[in-house]
Amino acid sequence: MSKRIEVENLNVFYGKFLAVEGVSLTIEPRTVTAFIGPSGCGKSTLLRTLNRMHEVIPGARVDGRVAIDGKNLYDLDVDPVLVRRQVGMVFQRPNPFPTMSIKENVLAGVKLNNGRISRSDADDLVEKSLKGANLWKEVKDRLDRPGSSLSGGQQQRLCIARAIAVSPDVLLMDEPCSALDPISTLAIEDLIEELKRDYTIVIVTHNMQQASRVSDRTAFFNIAGTGLPGRLIEVDDTATIFERPTEKSTEDYISGRFG
Amino acid sequence: MTARAKARLGDRVFQAAAMGAGLLILVALAAVAIFLIAKAMPALVASPEELKRDGTDFWPYVPPLIFGTVWAAFLALLFALPLAVGIALFISHYAPRKLAQGLGYAIDLLAAIPSVVYGLWGILVLAPAVRPLYEWLVNNVGWFPLFAGPVSGTGRTVLTVAVVLAVMILPIITALCREVFLQTPPLHEEAALALGATRWEVVKMAVLPFGRAGIISATMLGLGRALGETMAVAMVLSPSIIISFALLQSQNPTTIAANIALKFPEATGLGINALIATGLVLFAITFVVNALARVVINRRKEFSGAN
Repeated sequence: MSKRIEVENLNVFYGKFLAVEGVSLTIEPRTVTAFIGPSGCGKSTLLRTLNRMHEVIPGARVDGRVAIDGKNLYDLDVDPVLVRRQVGMVFQRPNPFPTMSIKENVLAGVKLNNGRISRSDADDLVEKSLKGANLWKEVKDRLDRPGSSLSGGQQQRLCIARAIAVSPDVLLMDEPCSALDPISTLAIEDLIEELKRDYTIVIVTHNMQQASRVSDRTAFFNIAGTGLPGRLIEVDDTATIFERPTEKSTEDYISGRFG
Repeated sequence: MTARAKARLGDRVFQAAAMGAGLLILVALAAVAIFLIAKAMPALVASPEELKRDGTDFWPYVPPLIFGTVWAAFLALLFALPLAVGIALFISHYAPRKLAQGLGYAIDLLAAIPSVVYGLWGILVLAPAVRPLYEWLVNNVGWFPLFAGPVSGTGRTVLTVAVVLAVMILPIITALCREVFLQTPPLHEEAALALGATRWEVVKMAVLPFGRAGIISATMLGLGRALGETMAVAMVLSPSIIISFALLQSQNPTTIAANIALKFPEATGLGINALIATGLVLFAITFVVNALARVVINRRKEFSGAN
């Protein structure tokens, strides 16, 4: 169920403003790819084009190609709703539905599109997803409590459980730990390591230690200045990027000389 | 002994002003309640013979009025609520921005029309216009108790009143719902979208559950207006003191407020007290309805998203 993503010559716009220019990269199945770069370089924007979430902002559009297993997501006959069912997403701030219980949150995606599921299947899926998100032990006795009663780190793992409950091909994570304390961050990082066995994972992070800890490949993005588009500077194995980057600006960024 | 931190002047002024405003509401409410109780008391303790002398008979007289008030308001809500939620959703989540703005203004304008104008519209336009429809309903689905005949010749029935009331309470429910729906955190809408929700599913998963308490509050404000509306009902309805669910007949249960307005000029002695006592009943109904709404809202407080 894990799939390859190919991005070719992708330009991303907000109205007339070109936010990301000319990105081409390939993301292999069952790998973790980290997007790093200074604020405003377009890494989150790019991430959101991989499940067509970018276009929910009025005026936002892309040109170029993003293919999952060879099928371009931006072909006219592709329904963005179906793309998003195939590509799960975890956000910067934990966002469980506050009006739903823990259990209902996990099942939220499954019940979309009039999806019906028997009670025992539902219970199994809740257990499996919460175990997959390393949350089962902590919440198994209070599945009917509101999702918002959990701590921030638990909420984020609940969101991961919700995303993997629909068995997506790809999991996108937009700075999933930036609102969490170090211990919760560690829990999420361990989880990413396990999820990699089943999913293609793309993670945006501001934390370079995190990128070096969790990712197999790292893509560095940069902008030449305010108002100019972000570009992909280089992408390589994480070890290479952090030890022998090809580009001077990558080296400056990871060594903390700017950004 | 340590000295207490010095209170800032601005804080103290603001605290006093806020507390004063809060207290004022309670005082106004208490004043109305005391007035109603004091003036209603003579009618409540009077014997039936005494009341008869002044042309009323309180205890048998009140239940039909309560029924009429609640029935007309309930029907109005039945029409207005789904429509209001629909319009509010359209404005907040479906319409292009420019159209949404225009629609918003139009809805707010509806709220500014005085109820006497609605009453005139009800008599002169709506009642004649719906007569053929009522006749058709009675002739074709008259077996259904609500639509039982004989049909009213004027169209001035409780159903017409309910439609007028619905139009009157529509703006306030719509405006409040719209504001609540616009407050849905984008984070929750994006969560639903990212799971592969269609636009309607986003509304179902994120917008409506989040707005639930707001919808109930808006409904209560609308219901309050419908329960207390006087002019439009007094003008449109051909009133009787009966309990009847039939929507299309010429005998219709009237409402407390309309009844007070129509009877007050001719009432004397205990008759006045009896009318005021019906006002006290209306006050109590409104109070109970609001309390019920509070209970409903609080029951799922943990899931409200406010924590």
